[in-house]
Amino acid sequence: MSANLPARAKFATALLRTAAAMSRATGRGDGSVIGGRVGLIVEPRLLELLADGRHVVLISGTNGKTTTTRFTTAALEAIGQVATNSFGANMPTGHTTALAKARKAQYAALECDEHYLGQLLDAASPKVVALLNLSRDQLDRAMEVTALAAKWRQTLQVSAAQTTVVANADDPLIVWAASVCEKVVWVAAGQNWTADSAICPNCGNHLDRFGEFWRCTNCGLNRPSPQWSVAPAGEAVVGPDGRRYELRLQLPGRINRANAATALAIASLFGVEPGQAAPRLSEVASVAGRYARVERDGRQLRLLLAKNPAGWLESFDMIEKAQPVVLSLNAREVDGFDTSWIYDVDFTSLVGRKVVLTGDRRTDLAVRLEVDGVDFTVAEDIRAAIGQVAPGPVEVVANYTAFQDIRAEFNRVN
Amino acid sequence: MTVSTSTLRIVWLYPDLLSTYGDRGNLLVLAHRARARGIDVEPMQVRSDQHVPHGADMYLIGGGEDGPQAVAAERLIDDGALAKAAEDGRPVFAVCAGYQLLGESFYANGRCYAGLGILDLRSDRGESRAVGEIAGEGIPALGIGPITGFENHGGRTHLGEAVQPLAHVSAGIGNEGVTEGAWAGHVIGTYMHGPALARNPRLADLLLSWAVGAAPGALPPIDETWPERLRAERFAALAPE
Ligand SMILES: [Zn+2]
Repeated sequence: MSANLPARAKFATALLRTAAAMSRATGRGDGSVIGGRVGLIVEPRLLELLADGRHVVLISGTNGKTTTTRFTTAALEAIGQVATNSFGANMPTGHTTALAKARKAQYAALECDEHYLGQLLDAASPKVVALLNLSRDQLDRAMEVTALAAKWRQTLQVSAAQTTVVANADDPLIVWAASVCEKVVWVAAGQNWTADSAICPNCGNHLDRFGEFWRCTNCGLNRPSPQWSVAPAGEAVVGPDGRRYELRLQLPGRINRANAATALAIASLFGVEPGQAAPRLSEVASVAGRYARVERDGRQLRLLLAKNPAGWLESFDMIEKAQPVVLSLNAREVDGFDTSWIYDVDFTSLVGRKVVLTGDRRTDLAVRLEVDGVDFTVAEDIRAAIGQVAPGPVEVVANYTAFQDIRAEFNRVN
Repeated sequence: MTVSTSTLRIVWLYPDLLSTYGDRGNLLVLAHRARARGIDVEPMQVRSDQHVPHGADMYLIGGGEDGPQAVAAERLIDDGALAKAAEDGRPVFAVCAGYQLLGESFYANGRCYAGLGILDLRSDRGESRAVGEIAGEGIPALGIGPITGFENHGGRTHLGEAVQPLAHVSAGIGNEGVTEGAWAGHVIGTYMHGPALARNPRLADLLLSWAVGAAPGALPPIDETWPERLRAERFAALAPE
C-alpha cells in the first residue's frame, strides 16, 4: 500500500484530486484524464509510486476489457478494497487517477489500452496480466494488429518475468504473445472473429482449424489446453480441477461469459475462490452505460457498445430474437474517420427484424445494409429512432461516440 | 444486353493476406448489383495457398500491410493465372496494396519488390502517410463520374505511358497528389480502399459490364437512392465551409 508517499508525490496526488474534482464540477467528464495529467506533471513517477506495494492486475485486449475489469473488481472486493479505472480512462493518466482516488485500496484492477501495456507493466509491476483478444480496431490510427501482438510479445518477455499471465487460448495472436511468459493460465475465451488470425503470427503459414482447436503445421504454434472454460450451454465456468461454478450473469452474450471466466481465473490467482467470486459477478448489471436498460415512451432500450467488427458481431450474438434494433454509427476522431470496417461485419442475421439506423454516418450503414438485403429505416437521432419502433423492448447497438451521444440523452446512465 | 455467362464467377483473391479495410465490400457490392439485374453470381474466395482459377469473369484483390503484400506478389507471380486473365481481357479490380503489386515494382518493408507487371506503373514510399477522404473527377473515357473514397497508404505511384489514371484528384493524395488510380484494358487499380465500389456505383457497373460483355451503360438502372445520398454526403463533407 502506498502509505508512505514522498512529499512531492503527496502534493501531486492532492493536486490531481483537485483538478479531477474541478473538471467534474464543470461537467467535463469524470476528470480522470485531466487529474492524472496534472499529477504526472508534478511527479512523473506518480503512477509507479502510487502502485508500489499494491497487488495489481492489468487487463488488456481489443474487446471486453472494461467489462472484464468490472467483473474482476467485483470478485476482488470479496477480499478488500479495489482501486479501478471504472470510467474507462485506460491510459496512464486514468490509471494514476484511479490509484490516487483509492489510496487505501490494497488491490488494483486496471483496464489498459493495448498500446500502453508495456508502459504499465514497467510502472505498476502487476501481479497478474490478463490478455483477452486482439482484432482490427480504428484502423486509420492504430498499428496493424499483428505488429501489436509482436510488441506485446517483446514487452512481456522483457517486463513480465514475475507476472502471471491469464490469456485467451482461442486467439492465436494472444497465444503467440503470451507464450514467451513462464507462468501462463489459459482460458478458453473463444473467438468469433477469426479474420485477423488466419495466418500464423509466428511464421506466416496458414493455421489449420478443427473446431476450436487450431495449429500451425510449420512451426508448431497451437492452441494450449485451457485450464478455464465456459460450459457448452454457457451456464457455468469450469475451473482447472474440473469443478463447475454456476454463472447467472445479468450481462448478455457469449463474450461476457468468457469475460466472467477470465475474471474468475484472475480472482483465483489473488486467492478468491471461484465459488465465492462467481455470485458477485451476477450483481454487475451494467458497465459505464454498457448493457444499461433505460426507458422512454414505453420503449425499454438496452444499450450495447460495439467499437469494431468483432464487437459488432458479438453484439448481434447478444440481442434478443425478433426485437427491434437501432444501429448508430459515428466516425469522429476517437471512432476513426474511416467507416470501411462495416463491410467486415455480416449484417445478414438482422434480416426480418425492424432495424432503424441513426448516427452521423447512418447513410454509410444504409448502403451497407441494402447490400446485405436488410430492410431498414433511418432516423435523425436516437429520439426519432425510438419513435419509429413499437412500444416494448428495443436493442441499441452503437460505436464509441454514438454510444456516448445516446448515453448523454439518458443523463449519462451507468 | 447480351450476357456472355449464365453465372458470373467473381474471384476474390487472397482475403487471408489482403483484406484489411473492409475489402469484402467490393465483392458484396458487385454481387448485389449483379443480382439486382437478374445476373447470378458465384463469389469465390481464393486463399494464398490455393491456385488462382483460370477463366473466372472477374478478379478482385484488396489492401494490406507490407509483409502480406510481398508474399501475395510472390505467389501471384509464381501462379501466373492472374496475369493471364488480365491478358485475356478479364476484368481485374485492385485496391491499395493489391493495386501496387499489379505494377512493375513496389516498396515493402524498406525494399523494392517486383510486381506482376500487369499495369505500367511503379510505386515507392511517400514522405508521409496519405490518410483521409479522397475525391476527384473520373477520366471521361470511363464515364464513371466523380469518385469518392477513403485512402490510407504510405506509397506513391508513378504511372507509365501504357496506363491512364482513373481520376484526377481534387481532395486527398491518390497516386501522388494529382492523379488517382490507373486503368488499362479491363484492369483498374485504385487507392480508394475497402468498399470503393459502394461509393462509386458507376465504377462497379463498368466492371460488371466488362464482365458480362455488355456495352458500358447498358446495364438496366437500379435503385441508387442510398448510394447517391452517401456520395452527396461525402462530397459535401469535403466542400469548403
Ligand atoms: Zn507457424
